[in-house]
Amino acid sequence: MSTTWETVIGLEIHTQLSTQSKIFSGASTAYGAEPNTQACAVDLGLPGVLPVLNEAAVEKAVMFGLAIDAHIAPRSVFARKNYFYPDLPKGYQISQMDLPIVGNGHMDIEVDGETKRIGITRAHLEEDAGKSLHESFHGMSGIDLNRAGTPLLEIVSEPDMRSAKEAVAYMRKLHELVRYLGICDGNMQEGSFRCDANVSVRPVGQKEFGTRVEIKNINSFKFVEKAINHEVERHIELIENGGKIVQETRLYDANKDETRSMRSKEEANDYRYFPDPDLLPVVITEDFKAQVKTTLPELPEAKKQRFKDQYQLDNESATILTSSRPLADYFESVVVESKCEAKLCANWVTGELSAALNKADLEITDSPVTASQLAGLLARISDDTISGKIAKQVFEELWQTPDSTADSIIEAKGLKQITDTGAIEAVIDQIIAANGKQVEQYRGGNDKVFGFFVGQVMKAMQGKANPAEVNKMLMAKLKA
Amino acid sequence: MSLTADDVNKIAHLARLGIDKQDIDSYAKDLSGMLDLMTRMGGLDTAGVEPMAHPLDQVQRLRKDVVTEADQRGHFQAIAPQVEDGLYLVPKVIE
Repeated sequence: MSTTWETVIGLEIHTQLSTQSKIFSGASTAYGAEPNTQACAVDLGLPGVLPVLNEAAVEKAVMFGLAIDAHIAPRSVFARKNYFYPDLPKGYQISQMDLPIVGNGHMDIEVDGETKRIGITRAHLEEDAGKSLHESFHGMSGIDLNRAGTPLLEIVSEPDMRSAKEAVAYMRKLHELVRYLGICDGNMQEGSFRCDANVSVRPVGQKEFGTRVEIKNINSFKFVEKAINHEVERHIELIENGGKIVQETRLYDANKDETRSMRSKEEANDYRYFPDPDLLPVVITEDFKAQVKTTLPELPEAKKQRFKDQYQLDNESATILTSSRPLADYFESVVVESKCEAKLCANWVTGELSAALNKADLEITDSPVTASQLAGLLARISDDTISGKIAKQVFEELWQTPDSTADSIIEAKGLKQITDTGAIEAVIDQIIAANGKQVEQYRGGNDKVFGFFVGQVMKAMQGKANPAEVNKMLMAKLKA
Repeated sequence: MSLTADDVNKIAHLARLGIDKQDIDSYAKDLSGMLDLMTRMGGLDTAGVEPMAHPLDQVQRLRKDVVTEADQRGHFQAIAPQVEDGLYLVPKVIE
């Protein structure tokens, strides 16, 4: 008899808050600067300096708390987490322990059409550490402290997820939310959004959790899924062969698709937290909260529902279009400016435009075709100036020609649709006369040949004939 | 509560403090004394007393999110034992 296993996952996600300056100093947080040019005396932990808390970091944390319907602590406290590592110059990280700024919220995820609520235990403010470079310094390590002191919001979930798929759905949803709120740029390559996963397994029906393992620093959605699945397999195999899971921290190696143990230092977790005497308790008043609330944008869930109601979009289109704020804004601009049916706009934004952006590896914000340009194009489809097929050709021109308009392209290339029935009729007559064999086949009951005629007519008219008109007239002529 | 010599060594290691072997016993005695005091305080009735994270009865002042610090790398690195390519060099931490 084999045991059926249940996976239990909780995620800790570090989001870098998009402030101009650091959490406790006036040094810049801009990414990519020359090493140590953005590390000031406070970040270096030089004697005699004092941290002063950045208002924007507090506002962004409160925004997040409000967005996940969490408890915002009226009073929160910073603590020192003590450990020694060269990229942590003070010998401690300023973090929050007992009294975090955000407690007890939740977020709903959707997996295979089912909605599931994931609890968020807490979110706390802390400072990031610097970076260690271990290569090519003749046996020494190089330390860049530009990142030291960058504000982080660490978001800790409840162990509510039961599969790698759910974990990825939660991570994606959170990623979408922090970008909507504008509190984090979500750039995973630059480390603005990092994930640690706590994973354990237990026999189905067992109440107690199994021993958990923490997988560190998994920096893509794909790797989170793979790392968790790998780890779950390792646990089950180990237990079923009579082994025991050791509580430890492991690193995921994407190249080998496996996790491996980080050297476990016994005392590594003895951080000896205590309240930081350099910082006073942070008090969030009702006024402060109310003021932050007025800056909250429409949240993804609300926007998705509105898109469904207001534009009669299906769930899939609404989900794609609201997956990022710039994309949703782009779509709405196209609808407003083109005055076309929302469905047509949605099809073009999620179809032709998204495909072109993907191919060119561009974000919607860098799209060569602006919302106004696309709106101009769609308006010409709507009023039958051009067919959908010709529109794709115009779109390509728009993509390659900055500052062009659909109208100027249609004019210059003579792409205007021919609705003159006389002209279409003449071509149809020619085609019918030239293809006697196919005419016989059609009249003998082979309906498939109809497509051949449509193709020939469109080809002869360089795609500019109104397709509905061509269909109607062809049908009449062939039946005659 | 009384601390052993092992406890004292562990605490010193965590804080990266070098201590002399002959001082360990007296450290153990002093630290145990402090912990005893904590235990006695723990016996007090503190129901209704708000936990105090800071002795000052004030709240944290916030600063505006503005970059105020200019680059002073040259200055800071002048007193560093070893630098290269703008990086501070330290003994290797990972084998």
